[in-house]
Amino acid sequence: MSEVRQARTSAPALWTGARLEEVRSQFPLLSASESDGRLVYFDSASTSQRPRCVLDAMEDYYTRANANVHRGLYGLAVDATRLYEGARKKIASLLRAPRVEEVVFVRGVTEAVNLVAQSYLRPRVGPGDEILITLLEHHSNFVPWQIVAEQTGATLRVAAITDQGDLDLEDFRSKLSSRTRLVSVTATSNAIGTVVPLAEVIEDAHAAGATVFVDGAQSAAHGDLDPVGLGADFYAISGHKMYGPTGIGVVWGRFDLLSEMPPYQGGGDMIREVRLDGVDFAAPPQLFEAGTPNIAGAVGLGRAVEFLEELGPQALVAHEKALLEVLVRDLESFEGVRIVGSPTHRASVLSFVMEGVHAQDVATLLDHEGICIRVGHHCAQPLLHRLGETATLRVSVAAFNGSDDVDRLLQGLERVQRIFR
Amino acid sequence: MPMDATELESNLSLFEDWEERYHYLIALGAKLPPYPEEYRDDQHKVEGCISQVWLRPVVLDGDPPRLEFLGDSDSAIVKGLFAVLRILYSGHTPEEILAVDLEDFFRRVGLEQHLSPNRRNGFFSMVEEIRRTALVVQQS
Repeated sequence: MSEVRQARTSAPALWTGARLEEVRSQFPLLSASESDGRLVYFDSASTSQRPRCVLDAMEDYYTRANANVHRGLYGLAVDATRLYEGARKKIASLLRAPRVEEVVFVRGVTEAVNLVAQSYLRPRVGPGDEILITLLEHHSNFVPWQIVAEQTGATLRVAAITDQGDLDLEDFRSKLSSRTRLVSVTATSNAIGTVVPLAEVIEDAHAAGATVFVDGAQSAAHGDLDPVGLGADFYAISGHKMYGPTGIGVVWGRFDLLSEMPPYQGGGDMIREVRLDGVDFAAPPQLFEAGTPNIAGAVGLGRAVEFLEELGPQALVAHEKALLEVLVRDLESFEGVRIVGSPTHRASVLSFVMEGVHAQDVATLLDHEGICIRVGHHCAQPLLHRLGETATLRVSVAAFNGSDDVDRLLQGLERVQRIFR
Repeated sequence: MPMDATELESNLSLFEDWEERYHYLIALGAKLPPYPEEYRDDQHKVEGCISQVWLRPVVLDGDPPRLEFLGDSDSAIVKGLFAVLRILYSGHTPEEILAVDLEDFFRRVGLEQHLSPNRRNGFFSMVEEIRRTALVVQQS
């Protein structure tokens, strides 16, 4: 243990002491003192916690500027629209989108995948065409493509992974052909933390003539992967996994592609003119935002984007990377614990099992210690099956986690072992 | 003489610490009679997302009939919780089973979190299955 602790203090990237407290104190849910039972929250890959500034931005919207957007002419409605569109601009800047109009508000990545599957892909594919995904995908980047395949007669193909849990690029390339219409890939595996080599995947997919969708659910709050700059055609993020509210996310799409797509849902705010004999649609992004949107959610997400910038994206990535290294080292040396997957590049997520103790029992007991970690298949059953597991324990790190959290996890695991001894 | 609900409650109430309570619970599960392999099939599998759970209710002839339960899980805690159910329910009539205030009992012994109606909670499905069986037998 002393060796490990020494390594920790010598890792300058890791936030400790006053800096860690400064970050942590911004999260009301985690602000209890150690003696008052501060929670150790290790489930940000599922949903992160919200900093005070995001909550304030949403409350401020409701208490000062609540009105519908794009409709009223009174001052309040103008304020609401300004806040909503201001959030869109902030997100466009985070994603480095060439045009603000390419940023479409949705509920999250799940809705984004469904929107692109139904509006973009469905009219373009039929029998003989192929959709290529990878075994690393979350069910939300799996099932919507399965549905389109069933609707159209297209074939869904799945690129394999290596025993270590990396994307098998050779297999990926062998499944890519002139029949491939779309490649959809996650930037980071939500179950084992694998970072996918996006540049290569996008380049190969484009060389084969396929459109590329990148699932950024696990990557948006953990570094600057810049899928837009790498040439992706669609990129989706979920607000609630990046310190923002639930029920809000974004799908970015190349404007020329968005412009060719039929609407996903019909309703208010997505039309130019409705007549008895027909309808003229509005242009993107309005075309894909039928009905009153989640205005407070968008405002909160805009503030979350600023919060990420205030933390310093590079410093945050370095902190999380250092913390993951501590976790990997400590869990590797913990007798009876086995880390699942050893990808070449790992970000924010780590899965493990404890020999002889069901993962569910470990999580149940850790809960009594105030430690929140996820147990299960993490909505990635095909991946876990490939790795020979049915359920793992998953730790995911965020800005507010520190090496003191890792210490409490290790103490909790020691206690679990005592109970089962 | 098998343990009854009163004895179980007083045993569980002895522990001030959750670590000891779970240690006892897991030991209870380990002492269950072995689950017959021929019933480890889809018909006896209880829906639960993370752990696997099996349950076989047996109706014992008599007037009124009494119920007996066999169960198993790959989770040691779920198995221990089933052992608690078995003490409360096995050998009882459907009327007696349906009259048990399980929520109250679990609260008194500090295990109430396991009764949350969560789709991931195989144990909760097990409780529902036992109650459903009691209701079916009562009405037949």
